Amino acid sequence: MFEQPPVIIATGTVVGPDEGQGPLAADFDLVHPDMEIGQPTWEKSEKVLMEQATEIALQHAKLSKDKLNFFVGGDLMNQIISTTFAVRQLEAPYIGVFGACSTSMESLAVASLLISTGAAEYVMAGTCSHNCTVEKQFRYPTEYGSQKPPTAQYTVTGAGASILARGGDGPVVTAATIGKIMDLGIKDPFNMGAAMAPAAVDTIQGHFQETGRDPGYYDLIVTGDLAGVGHPLASEMLQRNGVPMDRTTFNDCGLMVYDVEKQKVQAGGSGCACSAVVTYGHLLKRIRSGDLRRILVVATGALLSPLSYQQGESIPCVAHAVAIEAGNPGQGGANG
Amino acid sequence: MAVKGAGRGSGAYKPVSMSSKEYQAFAKAREPSRSIWTNCLKAFLVGGIICTIGQGVTQFFITVFNMSSRDAGNPTVAVMILLAVILTSMGVYDKIAQWAGAGSAVPVTGFANSMCSAAIEHRAEGLVLGVGANMFKLAGSVIVFGVVAAFVVGIVYWLFGIGAWHDVTG
Repeated sequence: MFEQPPVIIATGTVVGPDEGQGPLAADFDLVHPDMEIGQPTWEKSEKVLMEQATEIALQHAKLSKDKLNFFVGGDLMNQIISTTFAVRQLEAPYIGVFGACSTSMESLAVASLLISTGAAEYVMAGTCSHNCTVEKQFRYPTEYGSQKPPTAQYTVTGAGASILARGGDGPVVTAATIGKIMDLGIKDPFNMGAAMAPAAVDTIQGHFQETGRDPGYYDLIVTGDLAGVGHPLASEMLQRNGVPMDRTTFNDCGLMVYDVEKQKVQAGGSGCACSAVVTYGHLLKRIRSGDLRRILVVATGALLSPLSYQQGESIPCVAHAVAIEAGNPGQGGANG
Repeated sequence: MAVKGAGRGSGAYKPVSMSSKEYQAFAKAREPSRSIWTNCLKAFLVGGIICTIGQGVTQFFITVFNMSSRDAGNPTVAVMILLAVILTSMGVYDKIAQWAGAGSAVPVTGFANSMCSAAIEHRAEGLVLGVGANMFKLAGSVIVFGVVAAFVVGIVYWLFGIGAWHDVTG
């Protein structure tokens, strides 16, 4: 719980063509018509996505980059190169974090903490992912003809960044729950939804226990990228454990970002950018418009590497929850 | 403390208490089913179509260039590889494969696709360390186990003397 809740004063979201054809297309700041984005390599394309998201966020905040006290972020690439290379031009003190697809909320939680403790005035949190870089690193070459099972997920191409401040107008971060590693022995890298579901359940329950809140407190609770396979598993486990999820709306960013019926994305979306673009683009817009008042975003991450699964290791998973609520416009939000 | 770690207290909710085995069974029971029969049928159809095209190409070499059916084999394989490489480069082969499964993976076109896709993907890392080193990333194991299997079969032939000398001596 943050006594001095940081304010999300601005966000920037950039996505690729598949997300641009999804149901949330209108909520993103920039939609690219192709995957290459005019770059010679996939890695460079991903870096550009991140650069653009940070630039857009700064423009929206009407802030110059030298005002940023910290940048907190990461991505899925080895040694988080996409984020690191992208924020060279920001020249802000940099904290690289890795939580696989949970990086979006992990970075937001760390950024919130920096603001809340008074260590910083302005902090940017951001993350990105690119479908082709992930396929190349974790699976097969992008053009390789392999049949993906229906449990597989489609990595979101995009980037999301947010700027937090001590005061100002905008939604506020009221609480964050850092999850612990959960590993129930799922080994199939094409079924990460099932691997991550227990982590989401554990963090959601942990969040309610430590905050004393109840699912009814939130208008919407979303998981990061459990998608069509993992999300029903998480729902059923929560129900079995006696968590009254029927008092809220329980959804998943991986199911929201694509039209899962029409687009060929197997079980749904995944990747760092999945929860980042849905939260920063779509959900915060709905909070600002008054459509939603309180949301809990539970970003889920599968902490595997190509090496670990080839060596037969199971997939350890983690989930981080961040509660975002409508601010009080005109009162400076954070001074309450 | 502003941020707390998750779920250590014993609150109103039951903790996640399933064992790995229980959870794996729980997840398995809810997994979307894969229709083996439909997949087999699709693979049979696409594999059959690819082989029919190959047969057509063989026939072409036999009739147009007066080759024997044995001589027509090599150019046929070359043409099929070329077709697979073109389709891979155009970004079509992986889409066919998602539908066809093993139907497009088993014939020689699948082998060509595995090499071509790896070569394209790693072109960014240079000709030597990228293309050269990664081209056989997927196809390498096929070659290794193909050679090993051929070796084992060869030994079996040699031990039991089944027609091996006939083949060598023609």
